Parts: sequence; structure tokens; C-alpha cells
Amino acid sequence: MTSSARLFRLPRVLCAALALLFAAALVQRVEAQDISGPLAQLTTNKYDDTEAALGALALSGSPAAAGIVSALADGKLVFGGTPPRVFIEGAGGALIDPLTMQPVTDAPAVKPVRVNNRIRRAIDAASGALSLVSPDAVKRREAALAVGRSRDEAALPALDAALAKETDPKVKSAMNLARASILIGKEGITPAERIAAVELVGAEGNQDALAILRSVPESAAPEVKQAAAAAIEGIERNLAIWGMAQNVWYGLSLGSVLLLAAIGLAITFGVMGVINMAHGEMVMLGAYTTFVVQEVIRTSYPGLFDASLLIAIPLAFVFTGLIGVLIERTVIRFLYGRALETLLATWGISLILQQAIRTIFGPTNREVGAPSWMSGTFDVGHLAITFGRLWIIVFALMVFFALLGTLRLTRIGLEMRAVTQNRRMAASMGIRTNWVDAMTFGLGSGIAGMAGVALSQIDNVSPNLGQSYIIDSFLVVVFGGVGNLWGTLVGAMTLGVANKLLEPYAGAVLGKIALLVIVILFIQKRPRGLFALKGRSIEA
Amino acid sequence: MLNMFTHARRMAGRALVGAAALALAGGGVASAQETIKVGVLHSLSGTMAISETTLKDTVLFMVQEQNAAGGVLGKKLEAVVVDPASNWPLFAEKARELIAKEKVAVVFGCWTSVSRKSVLPVFKELNSILFYPVQYEGEESERNVFYTGAAPNQQAIPAVDYLMENEGVQRWVLAGTDYVYPRTTNKILEAYLKSKGVKAEDIMINYTPFGHSDWQTIVADIKKFGSAGKKTAVVSTINGDANVPFYKELGNQGIKATDIPVVAFSVGEEELAGIDTKPLLGHLAAWNYFQSVDVPENAAFIKKWQAYTKNDKRVTNDPMEATVIGFNMWVKAVEKAGTTDADAVIDALIGVTVPNLSGGFSAMMPNHHITKPVLIGEIKEDGQFDIVEQTPGLIVAEEWSPYLEGSKDLIADWRKPLSCGNFNVKTGKCGGAGQ
Repeated sequence: MTSSARLFRLPRVLCAALALLFAAALVQRVEAQDISGPLAQLTTNKYDDTEAALGALALSGSPAAAGIVSALADGKLVFGGTPPRVFIEGAGGALIDPLTMQPVTDAPAVKPVRVNNRIRRAIDAASGALSLVSPDAVKRREAALAVGRSRDEAALPALDAALAKETDPKVKSAMNLARASILIGKEGITPAERIAAVELVGAEGNQDALAILRSVPESAAPEVKQAAAAAIEGIERNLAIWGMAQNVWYGLSLGSVLLLAAIGLAITFGVMGVINMAHGEMVMLGAYTTFVVQEVIRTSYPGLFDASLLIAIPLAFVFTGLIGVLIERTVIRFLYGRALETLLATWGISLILQQAIRTIFGPTNREVGAPSWMSGTFDVGHLAITFGRLWIIVFALMVFFALLGTLRLTRIGLEMRAVTQNRRMAASMGIRTNWVDAMTFGLGSGIAGMAGVALSQIDNVSPNLGQSYIIDSFLVVVFGGVGNLWGTLVGAMTLGVANKLLEPYAGAVLGKIALLVIVILFIQKRPRGLFALKGRSIEA
Repeated sequence: MLNMFTHARRMAGRALVGAAALALAGGGVASAQETIKVGVLHSLSGTMAISETTLKDTVLFMVQEQNAAGGVLGKKLEAVVVDPASNWPLFAEKARELIAKEKVAVVFGCWTSVSRKSVLPVFKELNSILFYPVQYEGEESERNVFYTGAAPNQQAIPAVDYLMENEGVQRWVLAGTDYVYPRTTNKILEAYLKSKGVKAEDIMINYTPFGHSDWQTIVADIKKFGSAGKKTAVVSTINGDANVPFYKELGNQGIKATDIPVVAFSVGEEELAGIDTKPLLGHLAAWNYFQSVDVPENAAFIKKWQAYTKNDKRVTNDPMEATVIGFNMWVKAVEKAGTTDADAVIDALIGVTVPNLSGGFSAMMPNHHITKPVLIGEIKEDGQFDIVEQTPGLIVAEEWSPYLEGSKDLIADWRKPLSCGNFNVKTGKCGGAGQ
């Protein structure tokens, strides 16, 4: 009881303290005070004390407070020694005195000050509020948004004071919005004020606004509730349309993953007719190539980490391509025209590759990191788009068109098509069909390896990685039409979008089942898929 | 046909064992007397190898430690390891091999509930002992099985309580993989939350297939569900491999633990080893043990374990601790009974108390489950857990959940004269003993 009561009280204390701090800061009368009390509290290794210390630090008006709070946020605030003292950990582990900012000569053994969700929220509120008066407009705007999210009434005086001084229109509107967010739930304001706040928040039109509008208190005047209800209805209608767009986007994103997984198979199975059960393992090898590249970069060239995927793509292509050529030369070339034997042989190869990886790298997942340019999101309207997914779509399309170009425009592409369409005629025209077979299988495998680089960003890098994609890959190629690259593209995107449009209504499990049933019915009707190849080649 | 074949093979196996016994009676009695065999029934290949291999190593480690300390009843222990290869029917076959052919005194094994259910008839028929070390959905108590993992009230319910009290959570997403453990756990949690006054519209339940990898829609739904103006949390019973893409998507869509915390029941130190944990900072897990438990017993155990595996980065986890507790309980019970005879050991096990690795003691209760502390941890940047809450005392397992219609009147008590795993207190009848 006492602990939970304290929990609810503390943020208020903190915010009140912060408000005082800003009021003080704004009139330029900052008085440096003794902060040894809160500093001592930071050494007790208790969350309650840490939270109290944060509040007291803010109240102190000490110029060192901001540095201490940001060090705590970064996990750089440590304590140790007898009696215990607090230090900021600088570059290379050197300890710095938080008051004087001078290096400590007699550094004791230290432990970091522990941080949990509660402390993290307190830090956010503290540092958000601290930067309301920052000289940097971007920071001020972020601070305003943070204060708006925290919706604490105690921050209102500080916000009002900052608003009075603010000149930047963007920051000003963010601050106004934050103020309105707080006012909506506040007791004792006039209905007119509250309606103005409702309208301001309602104009935002996003999910956060919805959450704020729904918190209009029960005691509010009927006209306020009416205004809020109207605003909520408008936003919900608007968001429903955006929701459809978001589902289509998710579908395209899933489609691009399916396309990447299937496109190599479109070559080995679609063009060559080899039922390649080891296709998934080629994807897995590509993912492990990425892991190895990242390991080397981490240990030897940490500065190159952001380029790790770009380096891994050609390496994965070459490595898995070579493995593919090796498999073709040693196993598959003896089995052309014998579908069942090929199926069993490639299934065996897939097991061998899995166990080999398990032996070399262990059965557990391996960590593949995301480079900074693949992290984060941006908004288009109310559509949230993650960079990682966007790049995967771009990459899938690049691979697709590069492959299409290779088949259409290059000599090796021409020879591949010639061998597929009429092997004996091609051979009698002087094409080394054996060599073309090996190259084609290598190309398909190499592309699967490149897909593995991309998939390592969104899935587990484990020996089982390939298994989860093999069924989907066959599904896409068969659905799209065997032997037709455009069919693979359209098939992947159709399945992706259909899956994501079904999912919100049917759930993930039923959605997947429904999709499989639809594909089965479709194949019954059109056994050759969406884009059937016409002519002699399919019979050969 | 297949049955006949296995039966024939079994007969042949028995004949062989008989022959071997005769041979031993002639010359090798001494060596047979010197060791007590301990069976290890964990998958070393296939999909479950990722989790179960560690437990096999744990039993081998404990056997070595026990032998170094002089063995049991003056005899050395000998581990017999078999590989059921993540194949449920094979679990039963391998269990039979361990008990009937190898004559092991006890078996440590199984991870999934379906593998446990598959070996149950074998342990009953041949009257042997199984120690099961993984948290599970409850709703079971068998004479031949000792459950050292958590029942739902030793993991799920305290975690929900923590979120309610400390984070003020009012809206709940129960997300799980589509199989028996998440479904039963979520059924219990739903009933529990409703009993605490949570309305139906504040609970969202979502199931996904095994190995689900595209979480965009579900994470977006969670985000939407969380924007209703009430603090929201996710209770995750998502299993194994699907967790990595789930957490990656949470990070991608910018859901931080300070906004919508996720508390997981199947994510431990081993699972986090494959994830970049920076975006997961502050998400939670509920277990009965964490590697980061700061007590001398645990530090000593980790040191010995890392020396044994010759890997100073090897992590420990909750099912490992449950295996260690089970092993120590069995040793103590055998010494108490003075024999490895199954009936005597089963009776002796009830009431046995051994130290656990979090600085306390765990006791085997009459329902064949053990008492445990419950710990809540927040994920740290290094993939370890920062323990933010620990129940003050030990919690006794509720093997039959009081929140489910079918089981609320049932109790299990294997002490004589009741000796029943599902005694109905309303009708006064035992539903399952002697089956």
C-alpha cells in the first residue's frame, strides 16, 4: 500500500519540482544549491530513492542536474567507494565528478545506478521538461511533445511560461497541443476552454489524439462530451480509411518478403524444373553470410557497420551461388527429368546443410544487427512506414528487375532461355548446355542467398530459417505460374496483400488457412497458375 | 502391423535384457551394483534442440558434481542419454528404452507438454519417475511425475499482479502461439482478470501459428488497442522462434516498454542471446529464477557451470534451475528411502526440501509440484534481467486452477490414504487414481 501510494505521488512531486525549476530558470535566477542529499540517495541502489533523487535534483536548480539526468538516461551514472559516491562514466571508463566535471584520481570500483521503466519515465519527464527552455528549436518541440504525452497537470505552469516566450510557430503549435492535451483532463476549467482544447486535439486526427479525447472526464459539461464524441467519430472514420491503406502497405511488405524468398526458386524450379527442396537452406546460408560479415566488421572494422549489409549482399550471392553450382555438378545433373529423385536428393541436401550449420554455429539463434539507415519509421499521412520494410520492398524489386534484365538482355540469359525452351536445339547451336545448367542453378541459389541477407533483418537467423520459407516459396511460384517471372511478382504481391487484408478479420491462424484454401481452389481452376506459359516448352 | 512390429521388438528387447541380466548374474554383478543409472530424455536434434540441449548438459553436470561428492547410497551415478529428436511418439519409445532396457532409476526429461503427455502412459505402466522441469499450463498431477517448473499461479498470475499494481495497467493484450500452453494460460488469465474487475472490452486475445514471422498487423493492432486512453500491457505466451520477429517489429514500430510493456513467460536468457536487446530495454519476463539473481549460491553455481561447459559466456536459465532442484530432490529422497525403488522414492519425495538458486528453499508438495518464489525481471541491454520484483515468500503451485470451471473443485494429494491426483472435493470422489 505505502509503496503504491508513493508511486502515484512521486511523479507529481517531480513535476511540481520541475515546474519550480523552470519558473526559476525563466527569470534567470538560478541558484546553485547543495545537491549532496540527492546524490547520496542515488547510491542506495533502490528505485524509490532514485526517483526521489531525480525530483530533488530538478528542484535544486543546480547546473549539474541536467548532466546527471542525461548520464542516468545513458546508463553512464555509476556509484561506488566508501562512503559511496556518484560519478559520471566518461569515455574509456574514466570517472568524472558530477559536480566539478573533473576526472577523479582515486577511482573506486563502481556499479551503474539501476534504471527500470518507472525511472525511465521519470527521466523522460525530467529531460523532456528540461529542454522546454533549450536554445535548440528541435529539442524544444520534442520536449513539448513529451510533455504532451505525459499529460501531467503539474507541468502546466512551465508550459505556459515557455509558451509566452516561444517565437517559432512550429514549436508554438506543439506547445499549444501539449497544453490542450493536459487541459482536456483537467478539473475546474470552463466548458469553453475545454471545447477549444478538444478541437485543437481533434484536429491532429491521429491515434494519440483519439486516446486523449477518450479521456474527457465523466463530469464534463454535455456540450463538451458532444464535441469530443463528434471529434472521435470524425477521427475514427478517417483512420478506418487509413487503416485500409496501412493493411495494403503491410501486404506489399509481406509480398516483397515472399517475392524475395520465391524469386530464386522461380529460377531453379520455375525455369529449370528442378524441385529444389534445399532452396530454403540457400536463403539460410545467405543469412549466415550476413552474420559472419557483421562479426568480422564488429571485431575488426566497427566503423563499417552501417555498410555491413551492402558488403554481405555480393558475398552472399557469390557464396551461395558457388554452393549451388557445386550441388548441381555433384548431384542434380544426374537426376534431370527424374522429379521424385530430385525431390528426395535436394531434401537430403537441405538436412545436411542444416546440420552442418548447426554444428558450426550452434543450434541457437545468431544476432544480426540492423544498420542505422534501416531503423526507425516515418509517417505518410497517418500511414506509419518503417525504413526496414521499405528497403526490403525496394531491394526485392531491384533484385527482380535485375534478374529480369539478366534473362532478357544478357548472353547468358539468352542461353538459359534457349536451353529451357529446347535443350537439344540449343545444344546443336553450340551452347554448352551443361555449363548453362550449372550457371542457372548457381544464379537461382545466389539470388536466394541475397534474399537471406534481407530476411536476416526480420527473422531468426537459425538453422531452421529456410524451412519456414520453402512452402511459401513453392506456393508463390506455383500460384504465379511456373516459368514466368512476372507471375512470381504478381503472385507474391497478391498473396501478401490478400493475407494482410484477411488477417484483421480472420486472425493470423484462420487467415493463413483461408488463403491456402483459396489458392487450392484457384489451382483447381487454373492448374498452370496466374500466368501460364504457352507453347511447346511446358511439355518438354 | 506397426504395432505388432514394435511389440515384437519389445519382446526381443526384453529377451535381450533378460539374457544380459543372466550374464551379469554370472560374472558382472559387482559392476551392476556400483552404479545407479539416471535417464536423460531431452531432444538433441530437431526444433526443440535449441532449448533442450542445455538441460541435457545440466543433468550431466549435476551427475558429475554428485559423483565428485561421493555419489548416492555409496554408488556412483551414471547418466544414460537418449535423443527423442523433437518427435513426440519417439519420446514414448525412448522412455520405454530407458526404463525397461537401461533400468534407469529416474528420468529427467521433456520440454513440451505434448511430449510429457506422450511418455505418461509409459511411466505409469513401468512405474518409474519423471522429473519435468518446464513451466506449463497445469491441470495435471500424476503419481509418477514430479513437476519442478512453474504452474500458472507461480508465473502468470504474479506477473499480471505486478503490472496492475506497479504500472497501473488496465487494458490487456493476451498474445500467444496457438497451442495448449498459451490457450490454457490465457483462459486462466482471462478468468483471473475478470475476477479483478477488468471488463471484456479491455482484454484482447490473439493467437498466431508456430514460427509466425510477419507481425506488422498484430503489432499495429496492439498499438491501436493501446490508444484507448488506458495503460495497456501485453502478456506474451509467444513461443520460441516467433519471439525474435515479434520483438523486432515492436522496436520497428517504436513501441517502448515505457508505453506498452510486454511481459513474457517463454523468453529467458537463452532466447535473448539471439536478439539485439537494445530496443527491448525494459520489457519484462516472469520466471522463478534469473541468472542475475544476486546471491552467493547462484554465483557459485554459475561459476561451476561455466567451468564445466568451458565457456565463460554460457548463460543459465529457469528450466536449468528447475532441473537442478529436481535432481537434488531426487538424491535427497533416495538417501531418505535408502533405496532407488520407485514406490519408496515416490513416497519419500513428498516433503523433501532443497535449496534453490535464488537464496531460498523449495519443497516438494503432496501435489507433486514444488514451492517457488516468483521473480519479475526487466530486460537489460546486455541480455540479462534486472530483477524488479520478488514475491516475499514462496508460492505453492495450484495444479488445478481455481479460475477454470472444470478444475476449480479438484485437488491433488499423493499422500496415503488419499493418493489421488484429481480428487473432487464436491463429490468426494477421486477421478483418476489407479487409472
